[in-house]
Amino acid sequence: MLAMNYRGPYRVRLDRNKPMPEILHPQDAIVRVTRACICGSDLHLYHGLVPDTRVGSTFGHEFVGIIEEVGPDVTKVKVGDQVLVPFNIACGECVFCKQEMYGNCHESNPEATAVGAIYGYSHTAGGYNGGQAEYVRVPYANVGPTVIPADMDPDDAVLLTDVVPTGYQAAEMGAIQPGDTVVVFGAGPVGIMAAKCAWLFGAGRVIVIDHLEYRLEFVRNYAQCEAYNFKSLEDPVLFIKKTTGWLGADVCIDAVGADASGNAMQSITGKKLLLQAGAATALHWAINAVKKGGVVSIVGVYGPTDNLVPIGNMMNKGITMRGNQTSVKRLLPRLIEHVQAGRLNPKGIITHRVPLEEVADAYHIFSAKLDECIKPVLIPSSARA
Amino acid sequence: METTPKDYSHIKGWGIDADPHNNPSYPIKHRTNGEHAGYVRPDLPQQPETVEVLHSNERPNLTAVFGTSAPPSGLSGMIRRLAFRYSENEYRHWLPLLLADRVNVVEGILDDLAHGHIPNIFAEKGGKADWKYNRAGAIRSIAVGALLTTGALVLLTRKSKAPRRSKTRSNARDKA
Repeated sequence: MLAMNYRGPYRVRLDRNKPMPEILHPQDAIVRVTRACICGSDLHLYHGLVPDTRVGSTFGHEFVGIIEEVGPDVTKVKVGDQVLVPFNIACGECVFCKQEMYGNCHESNPEATAVGAIYGYSHTAGGYNGGQAEYVRVPYANVGPTVIPADMDPDDAVLLTDVVPTGYQAAEMGAIQPGDTVVVFGAGPVGIMAAKCAWLFGAGRVIVIDHLEYRLEFVRNYAQCEAYNFKSLEDPVLFIKKTTGWLGADVCIDAVGADASGNAMQSITGKKLLLQAGAATALHWAINAVKKGGVVSIVGVYGPTDNLVPIGNMMNKGITMRGNQTSVKRLLPRLIEHVQAGRLNPKGIITHRVPLEEVADAYHIFSAKLDECIKPVLIPSSARA
Repeated sequence: METTPKDYSHIKGWGIDADPHNNPSYPIKHRTNGEHAGYVRPDLPQQPETVEVLHSNERPNLTAVFGTSAPPSGLSGMIRRLAFRYSENEYRHWLPLLLADRVNVVEGILDDLAHGHIPNIFAEKGGKADWKYNRAGAIRSIAVGALLTTGALVLLTRKSKAPRRSKTRSNARDKA
């Protein structure tokens, strides 16, 4: 079958002879992929920032498709169902899944206890092949895969596997109170969605900070918020202090993670020398820009070692910090309602629809921010027919 | 301070999920304290271990399911096995894994060559898209690459000439 194949930092290609996935567990299903996005967090893998990313792996944790085969214990979905598959692999039975922490399942990733299992996201996240392929193995098929409502566009559905719930959970973890000022660092797909969702929680003001003008323009229109280029601000933290009456934002959201720009020391030590788990510039700014007693919500992805952030300020300011991989399954019912009611328009952020065969170009376009790319979707040839 | 607008009617769904009691928020919203009992393996069938799977020493067993995308192999596999002797708390776990990833890249190229495949690194790095959307940058990259290659060739040529010069001088000294 056709599948994306990782060859090393900044190098991927299409593998034309990847073996078909097989049922390896009674609760497995095989899904024929019809859409698979490249996620901003895939770029952390692509840039070689995540330990135990092995050559030959297939990435892709945002995908939808059709159930092709099921194991003997699968009862919740059947062959032919069109499903969206949450990016977390969750058993539904462990102590964390029972608390709806599906992103923290303890029975799907043997290789790290700090990280739940994620499709196509290195062996640190369980060593599973991902959905940037024609077919993919889906474990615990009674738990994750959700039948796509008949009236839902597959382009909306594929963004419900990660981007929309992650943006929504970023706002939710901010514990936004009506009237709050929310600052979102990063105008990538997740930051855009976090800004949009902040309004659903009653934010009084939403500000997005980034450095790419085309993305700032996009988020202004898409999320009806303010957006500023940190390159034109002398100091983004000082700017936020001034514009919030000198006290700081009520809630700051880090929607950037390890690939942040904006601070040379962070970029050199985090991205070039790998002396820390990526550049923590956005998180640094979030901690310093939030008010005393405010909330910092982290959905940006960092590697598993450590990062340089002003943790002393967290204590001195009495900040609450929350972060987690998104519990997609928990949020899906509410988010499907929002999409069906027209409150959220996920597919509006898709800018590039690319044949799976051109996966290397798609990664480069997204990574280098070429052609005003915001969200690329890969479409296998079998889904284009 | 900018004035906060009070009319949100233009934002569809404004405040629809507002919850003044959303604190503590997720992820401790639904805590059950089930963890107090310690790790209890759920009643799930075990996926057969058909390939080598390294597992964190911070858990007692393999999980009921696991990925099989790229089992450890070669020199990188040896380094990964070594790394997994240490817990996720240790640099001795993560830094060797990063090293193994880089070794694995070289192994990947050697494996390609061993199978008669010369990797098209230009295409793998999205060169076609770069040429289409970032021509100036692509030309710059090609120019830098050409410059570095030329520099390397010049250096190598000089090195290969060096012993001959040395021999000549030596002969000259002998004659003297």
